Amino acid sequence: MAKKFRVLYYVNQFFGQIGGEEKAGVAPTFEAKTLGPALGFNGLLGDEGEVIGTIICGDNYFNENKEEALEYIMNVVKEQKPDIVVAGPAFNAGRYGMACAGVANAVVDELNIPVVTGMYVENPGVEECKSKAYVVSVADSAGGMREALPKMANLTKKLAKGEEIGLPEEEGYIPQGKRLTIFSDKRGSQRAVEMLLSRLNGEAFETELPMPVFDKVEPAKAIEDLSKATIALVTSGGIVPHGNPDRIQSASAQKWGKYDVSNIDALTGEYYTIHGGYDPVYANEKPDRVAPLDLLKEFEKEGKIGKVYEFFYTTTGTGTSVGNATKFGVEIGKELKEAGVDGVILTST
Amino acid sequence: MKLELRRIHIKDIQFGNETVVKDGILTINQEELVNKLKEDERIKEVKVDLARPGEKVRIIPVKDVIEPRVKIEGEGNGFPGVTTKMAQVGSGKVNVLYGAAVVTVGDIVGFQEGVIDMWGEGAKWTPFSKTYNIVVDIKPVEGLAPHTHEETVRLAGLKAAEYIGEAGRNIEPDEVLVYEMGSHAEESKKYPDLPRVLYVEMLISQGLLHDGYIYGVNSQLILPTLLHPNEELDGAVISGNCVAACDKITTYQHQNNSVILDLYEQHGKTINFLGVILTPELTTLEGKFRTCDYTAKLCKTLGADGVIISEEGYGNPDSDLLMICKRLEKEGIKTVLITDECSGWDGMSQPLADTTEEAVAVVSTGNVSHVIKLEPADKVIGDINAITTLAGGWEGCLEEDGSLQCELNAVIGSTSEIGYHNCTVKLY
Amino acid sequence: MVKEIERYGIPIVHMSTITTISESVGANRIVPTIAIPHPVGNPNLPENEEYSLRKKMVERAIDALGTEITEVTQF
Repeated sequence: MAKKFRVLYYVNQFFGQIGGEEKAGVAPTFEAKTLGPALGFNGLLGDEGEVIGTIICGDNYFNENKEEALEYIMNVVKEQKPDIVVAGPAFNAGRYGMACAGVANAVVDELNIPVVTGMYVENPGVEECKSKAYVVSVADSAGGMREALPKMANLTKKLAKGEEIGLPEEEGYIPQGKRLTIFSDKRGSQRAVEMLLSRLNGEAFETELPMPVFDKVEPAKAIEDLSKATIALVTSGGIVPHGNPDRIQSASAQKWGKYDVSNIDALTGEYYTIHGGYDPVYANEKPDRVAPLDLLKEFEKEGKIGKVYEFFYTTTGTGTSVGNATKFGVEIGKELKEAGVDGVILTST
Repeated sequence: MKLELRRIHIKDIQFGNETVVKDGILTINQEELVNKLKEDERIKEVKVDLARPGEKVRIIPVKDVIEPRVKIEGEGNGFPGVTTKMAQVGSGKVNVLYGAAVVTVGDIVGFQEGVIDMWGEGAKWTPFSKTYNIVVDIKPVEGLAPHTHEETVRLAGLKAAEYIGEAGRNIEPDEVLVYEMGSHAEESKKYPDLPRVLYVEMLISQGLLHDGYIYGVNSQLILPTLLHPNEELDGAVISGNCVAACDKITTYQHQNNSVILDLYEQHGKTINFLGVILTPELTTLEGKFRTCDYTAKLCKTLGADGVIISEEGYGNPDSDLLMICKRLEKEGIKTVLITDECSGWDGMSQPLADTTEEAVAVVSTGNVSHVIKLEPADKVIGDINAITTLAGGWEGCLEEDGSLQCELNAVIGSTSEIGYHNCTVKLY
Repeated sequence: MVKEIERYGIPIVHMSTITTISESVGANRIVPTIAIPHPVGNPNLPENEEYSLRKKMVERAIDALGTEITEVTQF
């Protein structure tokens, strides 16, 4: 008979039957038993898998002593070596949801073990971990336990057996946020015509691409004295030194470059463009048309600004995912902040 | 206008002593084709290769794909305004070597495209793994200016398609498709109660290697323009685009524009198809405002009830797509947009560069950043090393054994925004 | 990238042509530029005119960094 896969279960003090609010401060404990919902869950795994133990941790303890709680919990996970970790379901309990999320993220990030949990869609824990764990969508109160456990068990079995996980609406989990490319049985134009006909006939339709919503940032404080300020130049126009020494991609950039421009008065002559998304002729003639180092150096000489920052940062903006662009921004921003740069000019094409 | 597309089904291709079609087999006189193309003095060398569906052949870097045809009745054989004299196309009879395609490869001035695999994993992602491909590798003479180099290769591909298409002149077709549509007044009289639908086709018009041509006029120079759908089906629009293989509209895909074909299918049944508006995607904000206002005004003037808008490319043109959508929706005209997305390797990035809440009906043709792994080919036509510099490839993506990884970005037609292929995106 | 750098509290100005995208995406200080292939330049102008144009644009960008704002502002 095939070996049963091993599941480690995590619950809070209430579902672990230790107590209610008054016990929310208990430190985590582990028992090689099926406690609380883990018992019913175990039954649902049939003879394919088994719950090898339950961790109980007070919600307040976890949220107020996250480091210590995780240290204990991760040690248990490392010792017990489960194939899957299951937490909750937390329904709409915020602290419980955050605790499950904390456990989920640590287990996935550090040990790469899949995690299944269950939360009501508005539980703050959802945003925390939905992209890493599978968060089954459950009711907002414990009355939904009977519906929740079978869905969680089903996902657990698939993950343990390495089976493909279907769409969120099929399997019952909250979308992780991954947009995956698959084949349709109809070509795109056909789907478009059908979608238009639905709209014209007032029938229901489903968009394949919900519009993104971009977050905003508070405007940073202005520079008080420009004549003393250090200004850095950054571009997404793909302007690099001849030969593209860091091999930045001409589209879908996976990296950025940083070049010392303290000794030159302009980019023209030593730089060119590798950006594949625009007609390069004008930028190659005079790269300062894309990143105006020459004029910044002039303003430095004239005293309008204090100094041009010694490093010039560059990457390619075409086909580069927002995810990567965000990452580059965070990394470049960190360097600029640490270097005490006062302001930044970023040019795009 | 009435256009007959008469398809001669091609079942195989081979080299031989004459260029001829017999029993579905297309034979090509290689030397004659090469000499024909070398009539252009700007061309130094031409190599011709064949690639059949199922063969373990990889073609890279691909510039354009063109369908070989010949007009047997009516004016405008070839590509009027480009390879042949100006003529009004859209009417007459055209013999089509259906299932065959001319694929141009070779070094081109900038960052180029694209890859076509004729078998295995790669074949799933491109429609041109199913066509019998005559691959023409064009090497121009040294010292040509970039714009001239591009033009030389572009024209050579079109001429090759014409030369090969000629072989179909006297052959009986296997099937005949008739595309007939009168004036707006006539059609509206016939179908007074059917909703009026327009197709707005956006074309990249952003400079060298980012251009389209309508009767030979560079799309950068035009205001949004109304076209009878037959015109595009009959060679009025060709591609000068060579930037991102995944959603570039090849000349073949203009000749066989899937939105036009699918809307035509519904004409007289569920819709009154009014035609195509070609809209250039420009590089200035002023230009974008102008074309978007103009496009919306044309749709309104023509009395459209619904509009399908397709994009070419991604990034800055996302802005045009959404601006047109917003203007139309505000006028009460219902839109459906067709676009691909840039959601990153993990699919978790925001898909578009811009956003507008009016875009409630969107067809997604795939994530251009989706990474695929391709096995080594038995034969590579072109230059395999090009993968490291073309959009969708990167330094180190090619292994020593010839296998490679790349994004869909690099595969010809994979995320076609005219919906030519059948990829879609689901949220997991 | 603009937003991430601004999150560190460093004032940043986005010089870009398609300002509709800058605004949608959330840049706060924006200077509109000429065209995608040559944002801070115009090869169609004679050299001295192009120089003046470029200098004015960059000056506007620098001044934007020195200007207090409370919401998205084009300079």
